[in-house]
Amino acid sequence: MLNLYTRRRIINAAGLTVSVLAMLFGLFWLCWILITLLNHGLPALTTAVFTQMTPPPGNTGGLLNAIAGSLLMTLVGTLIGTPIGILAGTYLAEFGQRGWLAPITRFINDVLLSAPSIVIGLFVYEIYVVRVKHFSGWAGAFALSILVIPIVIRTTENMLRLVPSTLREAAAALGAPQWKVVNFVTLRAARAGIITGVLLAVARISGETAPLLFTSLNNQFWSSNMDQPMANLPVVIFQFAMSPYDDWQRLAWAGALLITASVLTLNIVARVLFRQSATTH
Amino acid sequence: MTGALAPVVFIPNFVFCPIIIQVKKHTTMPMFSHEARLKRQAMFDLLFRGLTRISAFGVLALLAAIIVSLIMGSMPAIHTFGLGFLASSDWDPVNDKFGALIPIIGTLITSCIALLIAIPVSFGIAIFLTELSPRILRRPLGIAIELLAGIPSIIYGMWGLFVFAPLFGDYIEPWINRHIGTMPYLGPFFSGPPMGIGMLTAGIILAIMVIPFIASVMRDVFDVVPALLKESAYGLGATTWEVMWQVVLPYTKVGVAGGIMLGLGRALGETMAVTFVIGNAHELTKSLLMPGNSISSALANEFTEAVGDLYTSSLIELGLILFFITFVVLSIARYMLFKLGQREGQAS
Repeated sequence: MLNLYTRRRIINAAGLTVSVLAMLFGLFWLCWILITLLNHGLPALTTAVFTQMTPPPGNTGGLLNAIAGSLLMTLVGTLIGTPIGILAGTYLAEFGQRGWLAPITRFINDVLLSAPSIVIGLFVYEIYVVRVKHFSGWAGAFALSILVIPIVIRTTENMLRLVPSTLREAAAALGAPQWKVVNFVTLRAARAGIITGVLLAVARISGETAPLLFTSLNNQFWSSNMDQPMANLPVVIFQFAMSPYDDWQRLAWAGALLITASVLTLNIVARVLFRQSATTH
Repeated sequence: MTGALAPVVFIPNFVFCPIIIQVKKHTTMPMFSHEARLKRQAMFDLLFRGLTRISAFGVLALLAAIIVSLIMGSMPAIHTFGLGFLASSDWDPVNDKFGALIPIIGTLITSCIALLIAIPVSFGIAIFLTELSPRILRRPLGIAIELLAGIPSIIYGMWGLFVFAPLFGDYIEPWINRHIGTMPYLGPFFSGPPMGIGMLTAGIILAIMVIPFIASVMRDVFDVVPALLKESAYGLGATTWEVMWQVVLPYTKVGVAGGIMLGLGRALGETMAVTFVIGNAHELTKSLLMPGNSISSALANEFTEAVGDLYTSSLIELGLILFFITFVVLSIARYMLFKLGQREGQAS
């Protein structure tokens, strides 16, 4: 029979060891996934990937149209979602102290933040694709913008709340009307944080596949017409990876590496940017 | 201005004339324009406030629109199958017979497996990040875990299908078959052909995906615990483990539960990673090693190829069910985290 003291020490040591192991367990998967991606992706990453269109099976080709389509839809989705998100976030932080709208919106927004993205795809399919009777880049961008809005609202509100209210009071005391206080003082003070939020939102949507399956679908050819089905990296990766053809799978790995690299870079840039602004203020 | 000053130079008698006019300008004209300006600013205020209000209202409208459009889309299926849709395991596109039982069970089972693995691991990671990690490593390790959350789900799916599933099928599933598959009660759930893909694989990959979500919420709520509480416990001679288990965890249990629910919400709705590895078989099997189906993977695989109104609307009803389940789970999660935040507000 161990005495109480030793037993407590043993339990402590065991618990803490398990905790270290858990940390290693988490890092293990991250490393394994990244190494796999580099292993399969780097050899497949040729110049053809960036200069040629997606090929039919058995032919050489690249991912140019998919990369361009992804960039375009992400851009449009962000451009639609960001202003709405910033305005709504501003309402929650600056004007929503009283009344029922702000608390309910905050709650609904938090739920939408982690709502299944495939349901968003279904929604856009129902209200847009069914009406115009064909898949299109606009539908894809629209679905992505719905994913952007909650993220931007969340970060805008949080960042505006960090702005000290003495700043607002100082501006108001100088006679600035409220819209000027918000636009030229508080939003400007919270700028770095809001940009971080937008970057994180871009990172999130550039890897999203599920909402694009039913909206922009795919296109084998070059298309800059947003009213047509549009190729995009995630759906191309999905299609090519599930196919039995070796050359398609190789392209899928190249695309996977590209997407992961850009998403992780965006994530890191956003964090560094935010940290810099946090230390200089 | 120069034009007004020119006569002043030539005719000294009128030297004060322009000044009088100037004074008049100052007293009357500015009053008028100042009022107009104030009015204009008030109007801008109203406009700007209205604009932000409309945007906030847009979020509510968006939710309403999602629910209404999904209900409208699933009307044909609701009319045809009624409540029986939830309990039927049919999935027969040829004869137009559909039921949601198999995908719902698949979704729930894979999410449960994910949580069973993710909760203890996340707890360990959160303890490590808040209590054990050297200060220099805390930030990079925290970022590394968050990067795990940043990896797009399709990458998890590809990695799962091409790398993890073959290894799992070759080495681990035969072991599970031999050792757990022969046990008296657990046996039937863990025996089956070692194919690598199936519910268990999907659950494990989901676990890896939700670990960073749960771990970062846990870390955040652990940071909320007042240092005073922890220091008093240490001062009484408690070990680190006892402080975590008997002081920090009871204090934050609502928030921890909220974080877990948040992870559950993620796991339920996750699409691509599951679609790659679950096997997409509309069959009800006891064994976790057999391929199955989840709501989201059924949607991803079949929706664009669905022919006929009933097929499409059954799939949309599946989406509606998924949205409903995640909505409830996420609402509970947010409510719990809100509760913890409230208590923190009272304490300080």
